[in-house]
Amino acid sequence: MSTELPVLKAKDFESDQDVRWCPGCGDYSILAQMKKVLADIGAKQESTVFVSGIGCSSRFPYYMNTYGMHSIHGRAPAFATGLKSTRPELDVWVITGDGDALSIGGNHLMHVIRRNLDINIVLFNNSIYGLTKGQYSPTSKIGKVTKSTPRGSIDHPLNPLSIALAAEGTFVARSVDSHIKHLVATLKRASEHKGTSFVEVYQNCNVFNDGIWEYAKSKKTKDETTVVLEHGKPLVFANGKKGIRLNGFEPEVVELDGNVSVDDLLFHDEKSTQPHLANVLARMRHPEFPEPIGVFRAVERQTYDEGINQQVVDAREEQGDGDLAKLFASGDTWTV
Amino acid sequence: MILPTDQFPPTQKPSESVSGVTVRLAGDSGDGMQLLGTQLTNTSALSGNDVATFPDFPAEIRAPRGTRAGVSGFQVQFSAEEIFTPGDGLDALVCMNPAALITNISDLKKSGILIVNSDSFDAKDLKLAKLEVSPLEDGTTDPYRTIHVPMTKLTRGAVESTGLSTKFADRCKNFFAMGLVFWLFGRDVEPTLRFIDNKFGKKAPEVAEANRLALKAGWNYGETTEDFASTYQVSAAELPSGTYKNVMGNQALAWGLVAAAKLSEKELFLGSYPITPASDILHELSKHKNFGVRTFQAEDEIAAVCSAIGAAFGGSMAVTTSSGPGIALKGEGMGLALMLELPMIIIDVQRGGPSTGLPTKTEQSDLLMAMHGRNGESPLPVIAACSPADCFQAAIEAWQVATKYMVPVMILSDGYIANGAEPWRIPEVDSLPKIPVSHPSGQKLSGEPFLPYKRDENLARPWAIPGTEGLMHRVGGLEKEDGTGNVSYDPDNHQHMVETRARKIAMAADFIDELDVDGPENGTLVLSWGGTYGSCRTAVKTCQANGKSVAHAHLRWINPFPKNLGEILKRYDNVLIPELNTGQLRLLIRNEFMVDAKGFNKIKGKPFAVSELVEAIEAIA
Ligand SMILES: Cc1ncc(C[n+]2csc(CCOP(=O)(O)OP(=O)(O)O)c2C)c(N)n1
Ligand code: SF4
Repeated sequence: MSTELPVLKAKDFESDQDVRWCPGCGDYSILAQMKKVLADIGAKQESTVFVSGIGCSSRFPYYMNTYGMHSIHGRAPAFATGLKSTRPELDVWVITGDGDALSIGGNHLMHVIRRNLDINIVLFNNSIYGLTKGQYSPTSKIGKVTKSTPRGSIDHPLNPLSIALAAEGTFVARSVDSHIKHLVATLKRASEHKGTSFVEVYQNCNVFNDGIWEYAKSKKTKDETTVVLEHGKPLVFANGKKGIRLNGFEPEVVELDGNVSVDDLLFHDEKSTQPHLANVLARMRHPEFPEPIGVFRAVERQTYDEGINQQVVDAREEQGDGDLAKLFASGDTWTV
Repeated sequence: MILPTDQFPPTQKPSESVSGVTVRLAGDSGDGMQLLGTQLTNTSALSGNDVATFPDFPAEIRAPRGTRAGVSGFQVQFSAEEIFTPGDGLDALVCMNPAALITNISDLKKSGILIVNSDSFDAKDLKLAKLEVSPLEDGTTDPYRTIHVPMTKLTRGAVESTGLSTKFADRCKNFFAMGLVFWLFGRDVEPTLRFIDNKFGKKAPEVAEANRLALKAGWNYGETTEDFASTYQVSAAELPSGTYKNVMGNQALAWGLVAAAKLSEKELFLGSYPITPASDILHELSKHKNFGVRTFQAEDEIAAVCSAIGAAFGGSMAVTTSSGPGIALKGEGMGLALMLELPMIIIDVQRGGPSTGLPTKTEQSDLLMAMHGRNGESPLPVIAACSPADCFQAAIEAWQVATKYMVPVMILSDGYIANGAEPWRIPEVDSLPKIPVSHPSGQKLSGEPFLPYKRDENLARPWAIPGTEGLMHRVGGLEKEDGTGNVSYDPDNHQHMVETRARKIAMAADFIDELDVDGPENGTLVLSWGGTYGSCRTAVKTCQANGKSVAHAHLRWINPFPKNLGEILKRYDNVLIPELNTGQLRLLIRNEFMVDAKGFNKIKGKPFAVSELVEAIEAIA
């Protein structure tokens, strides 16, 4: 008798709903790569759950043939917490946007990460409010002109990865919607991580914020403007011509011209117990620096769902399985 | 160990038999009045009295010592008859300082017993209470049987042998007061001795000893002083037979939830954020992890309700608890829960509002928020517990309705019943209703699409949970097509769905009990709801005894209303609705039944006194 499990293909993760994003939106690519990742890792449709907030990106669950919840604006991490704490065997993905995660949902994002709930968060960063038609978002740059900021935004932007690291994130990564291979690899790493994995994906909103990530997306420029992180490897970019060196606490771009060798460069260590290095990398921004993509940090720590369920196991072991009659009779009673 | 109860010999003084007593213990928040009150309550309950309590404490954790703002009180009525309130006028008042005296004395009955700690009425104490002259000297206490007891001095003397510092010795004052009060009302000291032993016996034996000595000194003081000619005895009440336990509302709610989870073979998930007066439900449930209870102290109330919805989606019995300000934050999440048509319980332990309002005081002013406080057409079933013990039953009923109709249910409690206590007849576990809950089982893809919004005879949709093969589906807050659950902007479908969600709740009227009326079929009807049950019931009984044609009906379910409510209302010439708000139930009743109901409304952060209700009823009856 064959015990072979049916092998699911990317297509099996596609729901019967029409996808309603604008043609050309970066969300399409992320959706396609996600299906591929699920097929590749052997995920089961019935034990995978996508939870999202509100926004263009948050329509994602409708398009997946898995369980899903399109919840309310900013709160997806909280729904995921209740679900994963009670059903730790499920694979839970949170899909969110930069407004959803960092504006209205900033509080929940911070807390789910510090608790290290074993879920995967994918933040579609298009640096704009897509669904509400183009207001600036918490990741928009100063001076950004939008409908709500005709004279330019005066809000200093947030860096999603710095937030995740400050919240004691155990897995923090970045990828780009159109770097198909890199995105697949990064999402796979995220799915393997035990604890909250947080992945920022540069996503193009071709309707309201077209081209903001062009430097990182374009084949022509990306070698100069991004640096791919690999654990244990030096930070080299520009086809091996340039690298990143640490000068005290400050990173600097150096030419690998013979005076400086690869050995002088910063070597990536995603497993470092302290997030100092990851912080330095997260703060390298275009155009002063190439922007790192890949896994910034991947460390292990007890997960929230493990903790909450272990306490139940321990309580049952110590006190015995709950017995109503015993509970009611505890403390002082009297009989009439 | 053998507890030295023999050191508390029965009194040699004459003892007078009375049917019931109302006592209030008042002192600084640091004086241990709540502890004293709890001991007196438990002891009285254990001796078979019916009891009802009203703890009343300041919002500040440590208001400045000795000030009026820092006064903490605990009122208990114990009786040989069935009672429903902690009592109106006080038979006895214990005051540990001038601030306590001045803020409480007006509730003491004329010629009631006033026991004061005379050691704390010096110039400094008077100044803290903002008093020019001592109320012990200016005639304030003349109408009462005032007994000056130098408690501080006597307590210090009593505990001297333990070698405790004066500071620690002074902390035993409340046990001295307890000894005196226990002696005066012939209470059994054994449960308190046991309490002292459990609490301090191991950790701090010298403190245990000091408290025992102080208790004994108080007892002996009563026996020796000539100020008391006799003691008072309250015999056991004739309660229905059974085993009883004294419960507070929040505890009973928590236990009701634990029981409901067991009865439905579910594990309970609580998402909550601390807030007075609801936090004790979180604390209590956190103790019962061996029942499979998971408690999540969320980062805010929004996360609390959302986590509960996530747990409900996963198939757990999900609960979120809060008070008014937190329920306001949960509004959007509650709306989603009703769109998702998932069962869960939302508990609002009401307090004085609006805004932060009166956090430690009681009010019934969240009724309209419970009924209407969400965007869109978003009705929810609402049940209001009527007493501390009823909280247990309310939790079970709420979960029955939630699971039968696949709908989130709100339970309203309030600060008064949450912290108040009364005897609870412990139910036989076998007599509790099983709560059947099922989830559709998995199916291999058979070509038949799964319909997540296909309804049964109760209009409930299937509770299909993640992990089930073949039943993958997506839920969300966007309007959905009935049956398929797919997002739908179709105008007719939207109207149909809005009406269907409301119809489910209306159908729950078939499940809940019809309304009982206590009293005549015509004349005046007093219609109450929630935590004012006890005072309304007592007031109506008093009016009936005075020969008035007054009946009483009490609502627990407010959405839906009991089926026979309209017919009952029409029988009466007058309908009076007493509420601790400006008339929220009255608004609903007038709107629904077109009856000219009158209100009696009090918004003082305090429960109704029976006497004021009697006056209001008799003014129209
Ligand atoms: C409580 C609440 N406030 C506001 C909105 C309106 N709203 C919907 S999505 C959104 C911002 C979405 O931006 P983002 O998270 O970046 O997602 P995107 O649409 O760009 O993918 C806003 C403000 C809402 N749905 N709910
Ligand atoms: S508005 Fe922007 S983010 Fe939204 S679907 Fe269109 S392109 Fe994508």
